[in-house]
Amino acid sequence: MQKITQPMLIDKAVSLLENGTVSCVFGWQKGEFDYDITPSVFKNADDLKENFVWNGFCGANLSKYLVSKADKIEGKILVFLKPCDSYSFNQLLTEHRFDREKVYAIGLPCDGMADISKVKKLCGDGISAIAFGDDTISVTTIYEDKPYEIALKDVLLERCENCKSKKCVAYDELLGENGDVLDSNRFDEVARIEAMTPDERFAFWQNELSRCIRCNACRDACPACTCEKCVFDNSDSGVENKAAANSFEEKMFHIIRAFHVAGRCTDCGECSRVCPQNIPLHLLNRKFIKDINEFYGEYQAGAEAGSRAPLVDYTEEDIEPYDVFDRRDIDA
Amino acid sequence: MRKCFLDKINSVFTEISKTMPLYLPTDSSDGSAVYKKWEDGIKWSDALNTVRSPKDFFFPQMESLMEFKTEGKNIEVIDTRQETEDFVIWGVRPCDVKSFEILDRVFLSEPVDSYYASRREKGIIVSLACSKPAETCFCQTFDINPAEPCGDVSMWKTETELFIQANTEKGEAFMEKIAGLTEECSEDAVSEQKEKIGSIMKKLPLKDLKTDAFGGGKTMDFFNAPEWDELSQTCLGCGTCTFVCPTCQCYDIKDFNTGNGVVRFRCWDSCMYSEFTKMAHGNNRLTQKERFRQRFMHKLVYYPENNDGLFSCVGCGRCLSKCPISMNIVKVMKKIGGKASE
Repeated sequence: MQKITQPMLIDKAVSLLENGTVSCVFGWQKGEFDYDITPSVFKNADDLKENFVWNGFCGANLSKYLVSKADKIEGKILVFLKPCDSYSFNQLLTEHRFDREKVYAIGLPCDGMADISKVKKLCGDGISAIAFGDDTISVTTIYEDKPYEIALKDVLLERCENCKSKKCVAYDELLGENGDVLDSNRFDEVARIEAMTPDERFAFWQNELSRCIRCNACRDACPACTCEKCVFDNSDSGVENKAAANSFEEKMFHIIRAFHVAGRCTDCGECSRVCPQNIPLHLLNRKFIKDINEFYGEYQAGAEAGSRAPLVDYTEEDIEPYDVFDRRDIDA
Repeated sequence: MRKCFLDKINSVFTEISKTMPLYLPTDSSDGSAVYKKWEDGIKWSDALNTVRSPKDFFFPQMESLMEFKTEGKNIEVIDTRQETEDFVIWGVRPCDVKSFEILDRVFLSEPVDSYYASRREKGIIVSLACSKPAETCFCQTFDINPAEPCGDVSMWKTETELFIQANTEKGEAFMEKIAGLTEECSEDAVSEQKEKIGSIMKKLPLKDLKTDAFGGGKTMDFFNAPEWDELSQTCLGCGTCTFVCPTCQCYDIKDFNTGNGVVRFRCWDSCMYSEFTKMAHGNNRLTQKERFRQRFMHKLVYYPENNDGLFSCVGCGRCLSKCPISMNIVKVMKKIGGKASE
């Protein structure tokens, strides 16, 4: 399979800009180091040639930016979508969050994105350069003469370790070959937590969620969180909180958010990727996905635009509340 | 200069903890370092720094300022402050020590914030030199020397030994407590480490970042710069940078209705948030661009204007490693400061 490279993407973007198909490009911009990549809007060929980057640290999902920007930009937007980003793209279309006509989407195959904190666990601080091989990365630090050679599979983001699909489900044009939906192990950790006693499970979430600093990064990065005004930002709502008034509040925030995105979350993993406190927030969402699969049959949000999600649909075969209640595991 | 051996460090911690709580960075279950109160079994982390800064000790994310209780027609006002005891923050990095000076200028200027002041008075800061700085470190931009940690007591750690020196009266008294567990020593090993750190600092990728373009009186040089559009265009508007920042000091005061009274509490606020400093007429920073600009103008122009040229960034690098979109003060300085920043 032909490897999709950064120069190929730049050439593609430049030609679409120059022939007038699009007026700007949503992509990834290089940073100070080789891993601190910023989502960016490129408006001209020089900017693309100088700053556009495509490497194993382009984890940021660009789909959500279409919600706030598509209306404001004259002409069409070129957006690059990794397979998981394309699910978010479809889900946002399903919810009518942006105008499809405004977008020219290019699907990209993805080998998985690296997690810099995992890289640093192996090579320590002081990274001066990172180079990508086929399935390895080579990390040079200021402390060692020889670079560290690391297998990409050892430093993948959690969501990529448990990748659900290599298939781009939305695009106008696809670069390379499309992949397949995968049999992933993404529900294993959820099953492990389900098997805990209620006390153990409470202790697990207490430990994780007590680290929350209420920075709202999970919400702000989440492609399913696109309310114009979040209830937690509204000082008139009575529940606006910038800090937890008691130890239940940070749990409440995350649990309410998980409920709100249930059935709409595509499991893109951005919440956990951006959390500064490394809270495995995706597990809350995956619990809902697993339950929906078990109650209503397999359903993947974003697999196709316009699909009727089980939680907002009705069929006579829908599970009855008492069946759900019977499944409860509350100790008597 | 005194020293102790690292394999005996637990007896030092035990001795200190006999008279006052000792907080130190320890590895958390998620692999990052966090300040925790020492007790037997808690291990001092080797991590370069904690994700949350030690500003939490003096300026906690949330604190109750007072309570009001109603009974019939009477309102009782309750001072919820508790007597603060002496405490030790162990292993504070030089950048974070400097951050306390920046916070002090805000909270200890008239009118003095008595909540902050009482904690500041009781806290003993035991700092630690950085023998292995990260690529995200740029403290030298702000004239901080990671080989010369300040605070009440300074420490330098080698593979096997810990070198300790008092800088203040508080520090001298603290050293007295552990005098039996430490011994007089020469400064040779420390001088050697200082030299080594000095040569590492010359290799850091951000070593040439300069503040020359910025400072008080420069508001109009940057306020309307066209670069803010591009810099802020994908900012998510989350509060990560402000909450991990050791010098961000903005807060909100809110009332929490308890049912039969009110708890008036103070909590961290973030200029990145849409409701920040909202007034009766609405919000004076309507888009993320203005909010984003505010944060960097505050650190690079407004704060120095009001504080004798002192910048309110210490180059700790937390925002560099934690921003979800990897946008940060270094990128801002290079973009809007142009050549003068490189």
